[in-house]
Amino acid sequence: MIPTVAVPRPTPAGASAPATPALRRAAKIRVDRLAFYYGATQALAGISLEIPARQVTAFIGPSGCGKSTLLRTLNRMNDLIAGTRVEGRVELDGVDIYAPRTDVVSLRRRVGMVFQKSNPFPKSIFENVAYGLRLNGLARRRRDLEARVEESLRAAALWDEVKDRLDEPALALSGGQQQRLCIARALAVRPEVLLMDEPASALDPIATQRIEELIYDLKRDYTIVIVTHNMQQAARVSDVTAFFWLGRLVESGPTAALFTNPREKLTEDYVTGRFG
Amino acid sequence: MPRDLRRRLVSTVMTSLSALSVLVALVPLGLLLFFVAVQGAAAISLDFFTQTPRPVGEPGGGMGNAIVGTLILCGTAALIAVPIGVLSGMFVVEFPQSPLAPAVRFAADTLNGVPSIVVGIFVYAIAVEPTGGFSAMAGGIALGVMMIPLITRTTEELLRLVPASLREGALALGATRGRAVLTVVLPAALPGIVTGVMLALARVAGETAPLLFTAFGNRFWSTDLTEPIGALTLQVYAYAISPYDDWHRQAWAGALVLLALVLGCSLAARAATRRLERMHR
Repeated sequence: MIPTVAVPRPTPAGASAPATPALRRAAKIRVDRLAFYYGATQALAGISLEIPARQVTAFIGPSGCGKSTLLRTLNRMNDLIAGTRVEGRVELDGVDIYAPRTDVVSLRRRVGMVFQKSNPFPKSIFENVAYGLRLNGLARRRRDLEARVEESLRAAALWDEVKDRLDEPALALSGGQQQRLCIARALAVRPEVLLMDEPASALDPIATQRIEELIYDLKRDYTIVIVTHNMQQAARVSDVTAFFWLGRLVESGPTAALFTNPREKLTEDYVTGRFG
Repeated sequence: MPRDLRRRLVSTVMTSLSALSVLVALVPLGLLLFFVAVQGAAAISLDFFTQTPRPVGEPGGGMGNAIVGTLILCGTAALIAVPIGVLSGMFVVEFPQSPLAPAVRFAADTLNGVPSIVVGIFVYAIAVEPTGGFSAMAGGIALGVMMIPLITRTTEELLRLVPASLREGALALGATRGRAVLTVVLPAALPGIVTGVMLALARVAGETAPLLFTAFGNRFWSTDLTEPIGALTLQVYAYAISPYDDWHRQAWAGALVLLALVLGCSLAARAATRRLERMHR
């Protein structure tokens, strides 16, 4: 299934500085020799990668390269698909999330997710954001709930557009607003990591730009991992980029370096648009 | 004959045939509504809704007890069938790998095809004989047994229509599987399920056979679940086969009220769907 390519040992994904032991400790998520199977089909092989805290890490690569699959292993969303299997380790703050004693529910609270297609619940705008808060008992009193909802909507740069119509159905919002609502919903439970699976792929350029600005603002407080098939987007929003090809990690490193001076011929061909 | 002329000719013929079929299909419905309305309206009065049947030969009287009886029977049936039907529908969707899932689906389809008189005999055996008498409860159980497969299948189909992305969204926020189903998936499917329940009610409200030897019928006021109870269908049946003109008129009136009840159920279902959908969209 996966052809042998000359894949270098991936460098630890540090910031712009070269990897040092200090930066290694700053890794929020560490993926170690991860392999992933859908039934008999291997989708990921030998992935080792570090995702630095409070930075934006972009996963790029052609369709079917495994970038979304890898993203979904980080909060164990693949568990929902029958017949999948994981080998290797994924550590969050040094703790293996695939260990048998892991509480998947609290893992997902720490590692939030925004999906490719916005998926607001068929409830009011307010109830969408309040959902995770109620679920996790994070705001018992109405006043606390309202404060957290407002805070989350502000963080997702949506508050000014919806503050007068919080009781209206979320599905009445535009596509871009719905996606920002989903971001607000994910932020409301104050996750440590935010996974974004092509969050702007279904949006027009203006809505895309708003999401990208938002990602830039959010990295102050959150560790963000974004999957994108749009190389310009990766270049604009991310600090670190990892390039995947046919289920393997080809190269990862500081975004500027990866785009201007890739070490691998394959990466160069992809970022210059020669294939993919 | 030129090809395009031939094509237009065939098209015209087929379109006319379809239109004609629609007419033929609508004629019986129209005639039925017309006859029941005309014949029934003649015998309907305030007394019809407030009085109980009079003895033979005495004019007047009504079917008030039977109307109330039908409502009680349908209410009891819904109380039994809605929880069982909705939960088993959820089970089939949530645990597709379970060997029970195809069994539930097969059982629902089979039960759906069981003749209603057989349901009546079955409930007679389990709820009339052991308790020593006909009762409203037994009638409600019989109608409930008929409703369960309808609700199970509707629930299953509607839950399947809820996009998987909604479920994933809830789980990604740290919802357990049960919470995700109860707070996101089920509410999203609710308008359709409500419609399904109303349509199932409309369907069983018109049943006579399962009530013949369960609820049995009653010519007097009764709201007691342990006593026999009247039902519009039973009363219409009894009056329609009687030799008295006055009773025939009342049977028409009963049929009209029954039709109105069923129609009301369907309209309520549509209204509920629209209201819930507005809340959701």
